[in-house]
Amino acid sequence: MFDSLSDKLEGVFRRIRGTGKLTEANIEEAMRDVRMALLEADVHFQVTKSFIEKVRERALGQEVLRALSPEQHLIKIVHEELVGVMGGAAGKLELSGDVPAVIMLVGLQGSGKTTTAAKLAKHLLDARKRRPYLVPLDLSRPAAIQQLKTLAAQVGEGCGVYDTPDQGGNPVQIARDAVTKARNAGFETVILDTAGRLAIDEKLMGELRSVRDAVKPRQTIFVADAMTGQDAVAVAKGFRDGVGIDGVVLSKMEGDARGGAALSIYATVQKPLLFVGVGEKLDALEIFHPDRVASRILGMGDMLSLIEKAQSAYDQKQAEKLQEKLKKDTFTLEDFRDQLRTVKKMGSVADLIGMIPGMKKFAKGNELAGADDELRRIEAIINSMTKQERRDHLILNGSRRKRIAIGSGTSVAEVNKFLKQYQQAKKMMKSLSRGAGKGILAQLQGGR
Amino acid sequence: MPHDLGSTLVLWAGAWGVAILVALVGSLLRARQGATGAAPEEIEETRPARPAASQPGVVSYRDRLRGGLAKSRAVFAERLTAAFGRGSARDADLEALEEVLIEGDVGVRATQDLLAGLRGLPAEQRNAAGMTRALRSRMRALLADVPPETASLPKTPWVVLVVGVNGVGKTTTIGKLAARHRAAGRSVLLVAGDTFRAAAIEQLGVWAERADCQIVKQGPGSDPSSVVFDGMSAAVARGVDVVLIDTAGRLHTKVNLMEELKKVRRVVDRVLPGAPHEVLLVVDATTGQNAVSQARTFAGAVDVTGVILTKLDGSARGGVVVAISHELGLPVRYVGVGESVADLQPFDPDAYVDALLAAE
Repeated sequence: MFDSLSDKLEGVFRRIRGTGKLTEANIEEAMRDVRMALLEADVHFQVTKSFIEKVRERALGQEVLRALSPEQHLIKIVHEELVGVMGGAAGKLELSGDVPAVIMLVGLQGSGKTTTAAKLAKHLLDARKRRPYLVPLDLSRPAAIQQLKTLAAQVGEGCGVYDTPDQGGNPVQIARDAVTKARNAGFETVILDTAGRLAIDEKLMGELRSVRDAVKPRQTIFVADAMTGQDAVAVAKGFRDGVGIDGVVLSKMEGDARGGAALSIYATVQKPLLFVGVGEKLDALEIFHPDRVASRILGMGDMLSLIEKAQSAYDQKQAEKLQEKLKKDTFTLEDFRDQLRTVKKMGSVADLIGMIPGMKKFAKGNELAGADDELRRIEAIINSMTKQERRDHLILNGSRRKRIAIGSGTSVAEVNKFLKQYQQAKKMMKSLSRGAGKGILAQLQGGR
Repeated sequence: MPHDLGSTLVLWAGAWGVAILVALVGSLLRARQGATGAAPEEIEETRPARPAASQPGVVSYRDRLRGGLAKSRAVFAERLTAAFGRGSARDADLEALEEVLIEGDVGVRATQDLLAGLRGLPAEQRNAAGMTRALRSRMRALLADVPPETASLPKTPWVVLVVGVNGVGKTTTIGKLAARHRAAGRSVLLVAGDTFRAAAIEQLGVWAERADCQIVKQGPGSDPSSVVFDGMSAAVARGVDVVLIDTAGRLHTKVNLMEELKKVRRVVDRVLPGAPHEVLLVVDATTGQNAVSQARTFAGAVDVTGVILTKLDGSARGGVVVAISHELGLPVRYVGVGESVADLQPFDPDAYVDALLAAE
């Protein structure tokens, strides 16, 4: 996400880098380029305008930090303003109070409401230990009800779904009945998947208002497609004014969405961006952190998210054992395979690499497109070895390598290449373990 | 140094796992493929005149399109008048125009090209009427010409593959297309190629029933190529007139899913050489510049022949089709201007530009 915006801004800062200090002339030029970059990323015209004005004012103003180069100075200002325009701190889905808490999802057709409803249910169930109850209220789109019922089953044990009739229901009546059912069955959260329309119209708003007044949702969440263009602002305003919203979820962020909507919507409606949808699987819903996203946009990496991902993938015991092995240099291909598997749990290679400061340029484009397949091939290679071979790769002679290549569906050249990589990685890890966490980044960047 | 040893270790193990990846990066850096074809620099000014729209349906379409665009149209006209209020165009006025075009999702590049042309107008045309006229003809020139919808199909079965990212309205559009063909007295077979999204097959089934056409489907999660093979075989055996193939929505950045789509296309061609005869990319009018990269990637993968612009009845103006035409030369075939079946209409570039710029 945000790749193209990120690239463009990188170019702007590179040009500033060569200059001795920030002057009116080079700030003007930079601002022109930043403006173009934002507009191409579908940031709303007016939002872009006020953003540029703020940055320009600060860049020209008194704020001079002697310790920073002009480039760093400008990046700092743009970073802070980006964080601001996306709402500052991360918002939280506030559900405290009586149970069940009702969440009402609203948005246009095709914005991803139904999928988001199921993802949200999974998030509540897994991360917040609240049993969700899904309620299909989209009575107009054919099979929308069936879609949510199917997804509810995928969310897993503990997720309920209201049996909305396929024909002739009334959304208000259904919502009311569903909340009662959820309360009696002891569900903590009710998620209403309301109908979308192609456009904002009074009829839709009227329906949404009646549902809202009937069940008094604790949170009304506006779901928007991250690829929305300039219209994002009008739509967000329409829902804010028509039914009132407490927060925003941006769906379909995993593509090359330029993310303009992320910048435009908060600036317009001043409601926090709570989550972004980053994939088709139900666990592909991430909490939105404006500061981290700003860092990613500016190519500064996002170590915090990486660390969180690592923490959820590793437990402490595993980590300690690993360190022990590295210290004693008993790290084998078997351990390597464990690492591969753990890393795979953390996300795609491109995602992970992109979070490391300075590594973003490797994470985009086609360069890493095959990386995940490559990991799979490597795992196949290790799987094709005998236990003995995994424990001591030095015994891998030509005929063993040939057998492994056949067994894993690869070639001897690939096996050789992998073994070389393995040795490199091992060497790097050893030096990392000596550094004991210090200067990891320098090592990572130097060692590529 | 962090004092909590446990969390330090965890962090360190994670970073370390990534180190494995970093070691791989070097070997994965592949030479970037040759640059994608450059966008056409020169815009052809003269285009063959379109036959006058004489069917009665077109008038109502024009009205409906205009109705849909009315809100934004009023704003646009107001701005345009304001921009040229002083009778002659200055740079500030051009900036106002830039805002209007960009807010219509026409995109920075296409907008700049359009405005660059206006800057070069002779002095006597640099007024509101002259500029509007020039802008309209330039926008019209940017939109690739649409092959007219013929009364009879060039061959049968006429196979149409419908593709696009998630949530743009592919299935609904297929339902409406089916209804159009049925109204023209053709037999239609739908192929439920979206086996991924929950209930997509049921949704298409509802449309098949509504439009009274045949449908070939398999269970959820089945191989789309296999469904398509079945569907194509059935279509050839039964001698239907039109085959409409639904596919699962996929983000164009998902390489494996695009490969799956290529395979679907190959399967169609294998059963009926030369098919699909049309590959239509469905684009949501509310989408911004991302639609250009969608179009580029889908066109590269499955030879898209045209675009269907849906959801044009909202406040979005779908200006991104101008950018798509500008960069890729893909014609818009149909527009969706409402939720009812009759609201899918052949695209009329003149009506679109007129409606967009509030002509006459």
